[in-house]
Amino acid sequence: MDATNEGDAAPANSRTKAERRSDRELVVTRTFNGPARIVFEAWTRPELMMRWWAPKSFGITLLSCEADVRTGGTYRLVFGHPGSDQPMEFVGRYLEVTPPTRLVWTNEEEEDGAVTTVTFEEKDGRTLLVLSDLYPSKEALDAAIASGSTRGFGEQFEQLDELLRTMSADGGRA
Amino acid sequence: MRAAAPFYTLNYMVQYSQSRFDASFAALSDPTRRGVLEQLGRADASITDLAEKFHMTLTGMKKHVGVLEQAGLVTTEKVGRVRTCRLGRSRLEEEAAWIERYRQLWDARFNELDKIVEELNRKEKSNGRDE
Repeated sequence: MDATNEGDAAPANSRTKAERRSDRELVVTRTFNGPARIVFEAWTRPELMMRWWAPKSFGITLLSCEADVRTGGTYRLVFGHPGSDQPMEFVGRYLEVTPPTRLVWTNEEEEDGAVTTVTFEEKDGRTLLVLSDLYPSKEALDAAIASGSTRGFGEQFEQLDELLRTMSADGGRA
Repeated sequence: MRAAAPFYTLNYMVQYSQSRFDASFAALSDPTRRGVLEQLGRADASITDLAEKFHMTLTGMKKHVGVLEQAGLVTTEKVGRVRTCRLGRSRLEEEAAWIERYRQLWDARFNELDKIVEELNRKEKSNGRDE
């Protein structure tokens, strides 16, 4: 499928590329100006992860980050977001930790979560990072995409409707 | 630690925080268009069906549907002589938009990560000089 570069496609000059590489795999790539051991460190020290995993521009905050970064170790990330009082929790297990070249972990906060593999490939002092989210099936990835689509927006339309009614009622009184 | 689940909520913020917000809001400010969305929420419908239901001319309804389509709230597809309307964008458009949001999340993360890599680089170099 070659839909990734059409429509809402990324600006061609962006350093971060993302594509659906197969029925059940998403792949993100980016090059960093530093050796692999440094980039790897930023992915594996919780106090460093805290600083970049929840970008401010996305309106989410990382409330806590516990990660026992070794093969078989577990992690638990808790996010806060303005859309809800309930924090969101993300949990899983590291299947492979090979400094400074490869990290593999599971995503177990919901069923049929992806297995994430990150590889760090150093060349001339720069590091090519490749992140893959591999879902157990095409259906699982399709469902993840569908859950974030505008098709599920019925409830929000109702809320907006309510808001517009309130606004026009207020306008009438003023 | 994955991007997919946060999108469920992030989607709302990203989708409506950008220019699309204006188009969506303008599209939704009209009671007929909100009625059309409500109707399409129950079942897909042709422009002719919608025009009848809302007691409008075909041309009038086409205009309303056009505004909703521009805002990405409705997709239309012409089969033979009938143009069918349904909620949301086409599946391919949805997927491309979702992947773009996924990319934007990683891009935003990586922009922050760049700063940390730079900082660690500097630290390593100055430590190297100290030794």
